[in-house]
Amino acid sequence: MTSVDTERTITVTVNGVPREATVPVRRLLSDALRHDLGLTGTHVGCEHGVCGACTVLVDGDPVRSCLMLAVQVAGRTVTTVEGLARDDHQGGQVLHPVQEAFRECHALQCGFCTPGFLMTIAAGLEKRDPAAELTEEEVDDMVGGNLCRCTGYANIKKAVHTAAATMKDAR
Amino acid sequence: MKPAPFRYADPGTLDEALAVLSAEGAGAKVLAGGQSLLPLLSMRLAAPATLVDINGVPGLDAVEVTGDGVTVGALVRHNALLHDDAAARVQPLLARATANVAHPAIRNRGTTVGSIAHADPSGEMTSVLALTDGSVTVATPSGPSTVEWRDLFVGPLETSISGPAVVTSAFFPALPPRSGTAFAEIARRKGDYAVCGAGVVVTLDEDQRVAAVRASYVSVGLTPEVHDLTDAVIGSPVEKADWTAAGELARTLVDPDGDIHASADYRRLLVGVLTGRTLAEAAAEAAAAVTRE
Ligand SMILES: Cc1cc2nc3c(=O)[nH]c(=O)nc-3n(C[C@H](O)[C@H](O)[C@H](O)COP(=O)(O)OP(=O)(O)OC[C@H]3O[C@@H](n4cnc5c(N)ncnc54)[C@H](O)[C@@H]3O)c2cc1C
Ligand code: FES
Ligand code: FES
Repeated sequence: MTSVDTERTITVTVNGVPREATVPVRRLLSDALRHDLGLTGTHVGCEHGVCGACTVLVDGDPVRSCLMLAVQVAGRTVTTVEGLARDDHQGGQVLHPVQEAFRECHALQCGFCTPGFLMTIAAGLEKRDPAAELTEEEVDDMVGGNLCRCTGYANIKKAVHTAAATMKDAR
Repeated sequence: MKPAPFRYADPGTLDEALAVLSAEGAGAKVLAGGQSLLPLLSMRLAAPATLVDINGVPGLDAVEVTGDGVTVGALVRHNALLHDDAAARVQPLLARATANVAHPAIRNRGTTVGSIAHADPSGEMTSVLALTDGSVTVATPSGPSTVEWRDLFVGPLETSISGPAVVTSAFFPALPPRSGTAFAEIARRKGDYAVCGAGVVVTLDEDQRVAAVRASYVSVGLTPEVHDLTDAVIGSPVEKADWTAAGELARTLVDPDGDIHASADYRRLLVGVLTGRTLAEAAAEAAAAVTRE
């Protein structure tokens, strides 16, 4: 018989590290990441799927972490903004091309929306053929689901193009 | 806000899912993609006692395509249907409408069947189910049954399905011969719910004359409806057909509501404009299909 629970202990691989947490079943993934696992890089804005600030990757695909329960990621892999930079194997980190491009293009002001944009755009760029011409429609699809109250989007779109160019050259 | 406390089960088979739904009674709800249910829980607009998560139930994630139509399993995500070329060939409205459903990150989780079970009048796929004359298959403890779209939608966010039940698939019949389709909508932001959307099917006869015109709208009315616009253009040679007149007819048939996003009058205007636009597009596609025959 299927068990019906109010609390569960889950293991989940977050940014490459297996983590365990005991959570009430109503705990949103966004809150589990921030409060149970201490990863406060994932931001929480609207909590109903509209703003995109909480976007993380689950098994490589961008999803709203406020629209998943923590218990639903048991046994899966989650990548948050803390896991976007790579280890340089010399004690430091190499930023993801999208992070570099955001810095270069001034694509953030207050930074509240930034983690969600970074995760969505990084996944979007990594899934496409880097050699193919990046269309405005693709860019709109990558930024259209996230709200930014500061930048006016122009620099964010510029950053998408810049990151795509870097990823094309690095191929 | 956060969801009110609930109990949670993630059964590994359909039978177990139905058993838990039966045992938990009226307070239990199916959780599919969660892209409509979790917002309702967090806004405390719903507080079910138990969530029965069907994401672990095997066999529900297939898109089956035959000459008769497309069967979409309960765990097929919007994005999977959007990119299913075989399904798009048999029923082009599926990809055309799904491209307008939410943002990519939401389409990665949300299911096509879930949006039909949710019966939101501003959802695209309820309209497409109606326009294609589709149905759903419902599993209950006493066995499966088929519910035609006409018998399914009772009101906004309300279907005729009650008691312990899991909608296991939706069936969208194939596009008839000599036909073309189009889908368009107006939304404040790409991927947001439509202020107004229109899906249309145009069917021609062997001589490229208009034989049938059907339309269904999004965010117009309380439940999906199909409007027959054939009378405005019947028998007209396709290149001379007055699609604007069909749009005018559509305006007189719909009964939209006003809300903070748009007044009823504005929605009625959009029905006319979108109908004219989509019909011209669908007619060109139908004409090409006749030429190929
Ligand atoms: C920001 C945002 C924008 C969106 N924009 C759009 C849009 O433009 N157009 C659109 O159509 N949708 C939109 N959606 C909703 C999205 O498409 C949902 O995926 C969909 O409405 C519900 O599918 P789900 O699988 O997520 O269902 P859930 O959220 O899991 O369930 C919704 C309801 O249906 C019931 N249910 C689900 N599956 C079954 C089943 N198999 N059997 C029985 N009952 C079931 C549940 O019990 C619940 O009551 C949007 C959502 C968000 C958050
Ligand atoms: S906090 Fe998740 S989308 Fe806004
Ligand atoms: S930088 Fe402030 S909300 Fe985007």
